[in-house]
Amino acid sequence: MTLLDPTEVNTRNHGPDIKASPKLVVENVSKWFRTPRASVHALDNISMRVAASEVVCLVGPSGCGKSTLLDIIAGLTKPDAGRVLADGQLVTGPGRQRLMVFQEPSLFPWLDVFGNVMFGLKLCPELSGSERREIAHRLLALVGLEKFERVHVHELSGGMKQRVALARALAPDPQVLLMDEPFGALDATTREHLYDDIQRIWSTSGKTIIFVTHNMREAACLGDCVLLMSAAPGRIVQSFDIPLPRPRSIYNVELVAHAARIADALRGTVGQGVSE
Amino acid sequence: MKRLIAVSLFFTALLGLWELAARSGHWSPVLFPTAASVGRYLWGAISDGTLTEAIWVTLKRLLAGYTIGVVVGLPLGLLTSASQLMEDTLGALALGLQTLPSVCWVPLALLWFGQTEAAMLFVVVMGTVWSVIIATNHGARTIPPIYARAARTMGSKGLHLWTRVMVPASLPFLVSGMKQGWAFAWRSLMAAEIYVTILTGFGLGQLLHYGRELNAMDQVIGAMVIIVLIGLLVDRILFSPWERFLHRRWGTNVG
Repeated sequence: MTLLDPTEVNTRNHGPDIKASPKLVVENVSKWFRTPRASVHALDNISMRVAASEVVCLVGPSGCGKSTLLDIIAGLTKPDAGRVLADGQLVTGPGRQRLMVFQEPSLFPWLDVFGNVMFGLKLCPELSGSERREIAHRLLALVGLEKFERVHVHELSGGMKQRVALARALAPDPQVLLMDEPFGALDATTREHLYDDIQRIWSTSGKTIIFVTHNMREAACLGDCVLLMSAAPGRIVQSFDIPLPRPRSIYNVELVAHAARIADALRGTVGQGVSE
Repeated sequence: MKRLIAVSLFFTALLGLWELAARSGHWSPVLFPTAASVGRYLWGAISDGTLTEAIWVTLKRLLAGYTIGVVVGLPLGLLTSASQLMEDTLGALALGLQTLPSVCWVPLALLWFGQTEAAMLFVVVMGTVWSVIIATNHGARTIPPIYARAARTMGSKGLHLWTRVMVPASLPFLVSGMKQGWAFAWRSLMAAEIYVTILTGFGLGQLLHYGRELNAMDQVIGAMVIIVLIGLLVDRILFSPWERFLHRRWGTNVG
């Protein structure tokens, strides 16, 4: 793994021209889920601005609407109020500028590993066949699975599946990568490897990433900024900047201190939230 | 190879037991013919062409009825899975009629169509289509919605989403629906052939029926053996390759 000079990352991350036009704007988004018996206020007036190449982590108690917010940003779900702008354009539906890595296994079992990565590339009309194959090979190499291109999905381990899902999401070169607890079902060792992978990929590609997690150390490890949400209704209650150099290790003392601070704040919001 | 030996041993032993029991003299040879005499009947019926003709007639009817059943049943099953309203209406109808043994359609078919091929076809289609609808509906409801979500974020929609995601994702249940339909079509056809005695074609069911009329037990048992063999062969030739394919890709035993 090549280590990147932290100052270089910081320039890229906080360059003045980028701050002027945010990559992603969420404006006053609200969402209710109505069932015949109850109406659940899932998201209440959420606003956030994400700069290009910024990594924002969303944390909060389960059921706080983190995943719903990510779905709305992806364009898979429509907000009941408010709007999402990506590069200044109103998001009206899903699009390959904002690709998602899901927590559940989302790879297509009828395609092999290579076929899965090619799926999104085949929907890029500007690419030729050989360009698509070249990109797929390159991304599978990037996640360390170049030897597994012809393997069927069910033969992969959980961590390998999420690596393929990551390669599949990166292949069409999206502007924004949305990650919905992608490592939630993996064991700790596999997760730590993937933190390194994500940081390495981020440092070379400079993608804007929104990362949903319930793991505070994961959030502090990956995020430039961690947004803490409260449940019922889902609100952003606090924002934490994580001004640590990259690449980060989750065993770093400062990082753990940041994580503890977020966890304390979360306990506060959970305490308020259990009034019913 | 080991499996082949085990299988041959098992069936040889079965035939041997049958032969011994028939020769023991406890039962009348008219009611309990020896395996050898059934074998002789089968050999004779193949040589004079009656059996091959009957197999051919039966398979033609089966193919026609089954094809109609699947072609009608698969889209109706998908439609049933599409909404709660369809599930409550068409789904309930399919479930109700599927519980009706297909032989119960025979009196109705005879009154509507008389002793014709149409009556036979009707019984087979009625026996097939409901079970195909139910199996397809059930399968389509169990496709993980995550596949469509993932595909949509990558820009797949409309026809592309259906042909590249929904259809392949539904392969396991399409195959199980078709297999279910096959089992019911085969049962229905035999019921129809035994009860609808027509002159336009002499199928295996009719061979069975006339075997009873003539007290020819070797013919009855011979026809039954052939019916079992055809069932096994279709399963092996038509469905096994698909199931192996699905097993390889999905890694689970589906269908």
